[in-house]
Amino acid sequence: MAVHTKEIAYNSKIEGEVIVSRADAVINWIRSNSMWPMPMGLACCAIELMAAASSRFDIARFGAEVMRFSPRQADVMIVAGTVTYKMAGAVRRIYDQMASPKWVIAMGACASSGGMYRSYAVLQGVDRVVPVDVYISGCPPRPEALLDGLLKLQDKVKHERSAKNLLTATT
Amino acid sequence: MSETLLSHLQAKWPAVTARDSLDCEAFTIPVDHLAAAAKFLRDEMKFDLLLDVTAVDWDKESPRFTVVYHLGTTTGPDYIRLAADCPDDESPTAPSLTGLWPAANWHERETYDMFGIRFNGHPDLRRILMWDDYPHYPLRKDFPLAGIETPLPDFEIGEKTGADLQPAPMAGGPFVSAGSGRSSQDEPRAKDQSWTEAKPKPN
Repeated sequence: MAVHTKEIAYNSKIEGEVIVSRADAVINWIRSNSMWPMPMGLACCAIELMAAASSRFDIARFGAEVMRFSPRQADVMIVAGTVTYKMAGAVRRIYDQMASPKWVIAMGACASSGGMYRSYAVLQGVDRVVPVDVYISGCPPRPEALLDGLLKLQDKVKHERSAKNLLTATT
Repeated sequence: MSETLLSHLQAKWPAVTARDSLDCEAFTIPVDHLAAAAKFLRDEMKFDLLLDVTAVDWDKESPRFTVVYHLGTTTGPDYIRLAADCPDDESPTAPSLTGLWPAANWHERETYDMFGIRFNGHPDLRRILMWDDYPHYPLRKDFPLAGIETPLPDFEIGEKTGADLQPAPMAGGPFVSAGSGRSSQDEPRAKDQSWTEAKPKPN
């Protein structure tokens, strides 16, 4: 009886177990398709963040379903909600605890600019304490908007000079 | 009920007066008798539930600060309001009711945080919403809504990032309703919309 086999991957005997590519392409491909979020849920945007993670919207389709509540294990901090001045130090401290490379998504009007809270208690945009890569508009943004923001961030990561950055000092 | 409650209070403390109110009964009580009157209302008048503690800042008037208490009852639908003028306009004080209701603890801390009213006899009178070193009382009339420039509560974070508490850009706000006209024309809007964050207000 003949065993029927069909090659669906590359043939290592022919290719010699070598793939030629650019280091940037490989590193960015790995990074962008497995971004573990640090859910910085501070207000109602966090509800939409939860919706984005659940079955209807399913952020797992884009490789970001592993919400990590330890900053040591997270790649992208999603600041979802109103950042008060009292909380601003904690946000920055958690950002500092994340291992490089790391990114920040400011989700919604409050995290981006203070939103409707023009008051003595609210930080007017989380970009005053942490560097933000992607801003998402909305109050709160729909889960689709968060997914779009995540795709924008993936696109940004795919264009980074990662190999060069590995050799230079990181932030 | 209403006549009797006022007369009961006035029998003990003649200085108690009825207070204008749109909903429940309200009484103005001299601040010296506040704790005793509250104890009387709790133990003998069945107002055994402290619902709220807050305060009023009358700005230029004297006495400037009035503490306000809302009492309810667990045996019926009644509730009443007590108000007492704080004696000192500069550093106002009031008696703490934490001995009567443990619920007063956080309410009085909030009132202290927002208005700077010190509650004598409070076991732990610290700020509850703003951070401990915050130098202002935000709900006083002389405090601007946008805030006053202040260092961040986390000093080293503020030093590292250069961020501090800046007055929020109000852009003509606060956003208020005109309170008249058709509802479609009565959306909240800025009083002065001639300037924005991009185009600063002319001096």
